[in-house]
Amino acid sequence: MTHACDDCLRRTALVELLAGRLEIARRGGRPVRDVLALGDDALLAAVAGRETGAVLQRLRDRPPAALRTAADGVGLTVLCRHDTAYPARLRDDRAAPRTLFVAGRPERFAELAGTAGGPRPPVAAIVGTRRASPDGLEVARLLGRGLAAAGVTVVSGLALGIDGAAHDGALEAGGATIAVLAGGAEIPYPQRRRRTHEAIVTRGAVVSEMPAGFRAFPWSFLARNRIIAGLGAATIVVEAAERSGSLVTAELALELGRDVGAVPGAVGSWRSRGTNALLRDGATLIRDARDALDLVLGFDAAAHTAAAARAAGPVPPPPDLEPDLAALLTAVESGAESLDVLANGTRSAAAVQAGLMELELLGLVRRSPGGRVARVTGAL
Amino acid sequence: MLASVTTFTLQGVQGRRVTVEVDVRQGLPGFTIVGLGDRSVREARERVRAAIANAGFKIPASRITVNLAPAHLRKEGPGFDLAIACGLLAAMGELPRERLASMAVFGELALGGELRGCRGTLAVAEGAVAAGFGGLVLPLDVAAEAALVEGLGVHGAGDLDQVIAILRGQDDGAVPPPRRPPRASPAGPDLADVRGHRLPLRALTIAAAGGHNLLLAGPPGTGKTMLAQRLPSILPPLTRAEAIEVTRIHSVAGRRHDELVAARPYRAPHHSISASGLVGGGPSPLPGEATLAHHGVLFLDELAEFARPALEALRQPLEDGRVTIVRGQHAAVFPTDFMLVASTNPCPCGHLGTPRCRCGPAEISRYRRRLSGPLLDRMDLGLEVLRPSPEELAAAPLTSSAAEREQVLDARARQQERSDRTGTSHNARLDAATVRREVRLDERGEAILHRAYGRGALSPRGHDRVLRVARTIADLDAAEHVRAPHLLEALALRHQLGGGTAAAGGLAA
Repeated sequence: MTHACDDCLRRTALVELLAGRLEIARRGGRPVRDVLALGDDALLAAVAGRETGAVLQRLRDRPPAALRTAADGVGLTVLCRHDTAYPARLRDDRAAPRTLFVAGRPERFAELAGTAGGPRPPVAAIVGTRRASPDGLEVARLLGRGLAAAGVTVVSGLALGIDGAAHDGALEAGGATIAVLAGGAEIPYPQRRRRTHEAIVTRGAVVSEMPAGFRAFPWSFLARNRIIAGLGAATIVVEAAERSGSLVTAELALELGRDVGAVPGAVGSWRSRGTNALLRDGATLIRDARDALDLVLGFDAAAHTAAAARAAGPVPPPPDLEPDLAALLTAVESGAESLDVLANGTRSAAAVQAGLMELELLGLVRRSPGGRVARVTGAL
Repeated sequence: MLASVTTFTLQGVQGRRVTVEVDVRQGLPGFTIVGLGDRSVREARERVRAAIANAGFKIPASRITVNLAPAHLRKEGPGFDLAIACGLLAAMGELPRERLASMAVFGELALGGELRGCRGTLAVAEGAVAAGFGGLVLPLDVAAEAALVEGLGVHGAGDLDQVIAILRGQDDGAVPPPRRPPRASPAGPDLADVRGHRLPLRALTIAAAGGHNLLLAGPPGTGKTMLAQRLPSILPPLTRAEAIEVTRIHSVAGRRHDELVAARPYRAPHHSISASGLVGGGPSPLPGEATLAHHGVLFLDELAEFARPALEALRQPLEDGRVTIVRGQHAAVFPTDFMLVASTNPCPCGHLGTPRCRCGPAEISRYRRRLSGPLLDRMDLGLEVLRPSPEELAAAPLTSSAAEREQVLDARARQQERSDRTGTSHNARLDAATVRREVRLDERGEAILHRAYGRGALSPRGHDRVLRVARTIADLDAAEHVRAPHLLEALALRHQLGGGTAAAGGLAA
């Protein structure tokens, strides 16, 4: 059983009480991570100012026991920095949170994130914009799937867009994934991802530095990024605009001396500005799950490659596929990705529609917006 | 002295018989009109008085009472003028009453006695035939329209003098039925103008062959509107009964035709239209765009921009093929058997799937939610219209309206052959029980359907729609039974309404 010490919980209660003031400080242009790295007194002096006394008064009304009871009530486990179950990699960060609230089995979280003095299991953070393109979502999903299938734990923030797609991919592959939330770990945020939240709680872990019931402030999301970066052995950015939260995560990872990878995108697209800039600055170029595995595990990780190949390779067609369908499938595989292109050869529109539908029902191809057809990869 | 004359009023798009009774007797001089007339009916008094005086008759200084029967029916419009004038003249003994018993009259009077046409002449003429009248006297300028109706002696008159002459038997004024209008190939844009778009063209043909509703999604400027505009050009020509129905609707809506409408209606209302503009309405209900598109095509461009109440209002018309508008004491029924074609952008900015798109999944799903619900459930076919490639733009057109129309006509002929079993002339109108009876799948077909359902590619309510479309595709293929390829193509076109990956989201679940 894990325990959090009173000291760490008191600190967390203090941060919780200062949440509104931290938001004012953020708007005032103070870097959230630096503020959170301050000691209690310095923190109070920095954001509470003259009201320090009042804050301390209220802090007395929120003893560590209250936080523990609240966490127990919604099934959260609390860890603190002095706990052996506290993730080893997070200790590298001087600004890392004092406490972590875990939704899910704490042993599972310890197994996935690594413990003090124990081995450091492979963990990759995948982050990117909430306003992702269909292509970006597909890539995030493939990376999540490929990494998870090879035994790498995928860490992300459960947000809409890239984050969610990465979690989905990992879950699809039956692998492990950790979601780091800005608010209380038991609150599915965003609401639309509550099914994913549920699945991660059962199969991985959802964590947050803030206590049960905490409703996130804008600064909380920036603070959350340092946990994502800290948990990952490497951070991979799929799609990110200039000056986005995902780039902040990548920077934090670099500061911790972790590897950063980025998926390249079209030069003209605003979604690729951030990732392309990272690549120019020397981030590792990530094309597929194999590249991502190389980044996380090092080159020639033969043991993992086989698993990844299974996850990333195309689903094999059944042996008795009709010749017409096989030809159509070959056309899709050789890059004729739009329906219109497929229909422009000798095939009639009717035959292409019917043929693709059959391949789709067989689980071999998939349609995405823009009339495009993609070969389905990964054995689920 | 009492006299009565028959005329007609409009109820919805039907002519409803009204008897005008005029009583002239000794008493305080006065002129009263009773029988639930609206303002324009009450004003008829002044027009009739002046017109009769100007025609050279002296109105007796007596008590004149006009009753419009049935008294419970609300009456509106200036079409009663002529009937009131004729009734008054008959009551004065200026017109032979026995002749008025076999003739109906309809028209508005000018103060000088000239006759003016009113909207809905064709419906009135049909009403006169249905009520067993051999003759109808009406203003010359709308007489040709009334003459479209078979079995009715139409007498056109320029002014009140001529009406009197006709009713006295001194003048005939008969308007001959028009020559059958030449069944010209409906004018309008041709599919030969379209470059590329092989798949959308195929979908358009399927939609036309079965009368199915079609949703076109795609970035702006790719040709969705262009395709929709050309749909009427491949639909079968209107039958005579349909043509009369369409002409009557146009006549009720105030558009005049001297010959039957030959082209299938194509209506493309702007997205700012109100619910009553779309399905009909107003204090005295007028047909809306849905009715004006009867037997033709209703095209809703930018479906997501339409007001939600307007789209909700389309629900009943789409389901029943008619709409009932209740106003006070009476209900007007308008026919609305149209093909719905709608277009939409794939996302708010329209560029989904290209690097230009700036929309996030949340915005896209919000946009899609605006679409879903009432209308998307009723769409049979959906597909994405993409930008044609430069090569396709430079290439020769893939087809022409004439070629596609031939296929459509063949398929419709097959549906017509089944019509005594199915009770409808096109597959889109097959009811659920008939679909299951008529569309028998072989073992492979069943397996495909089962699989599609299991993979979530097909919703329960999509099931019957897919079968209807599959039947149409089989008809285009001249096939007796629906086979696997037909079903697969129908599924593909249905699937695109609800297809795509979960993350990208389909248009309908």
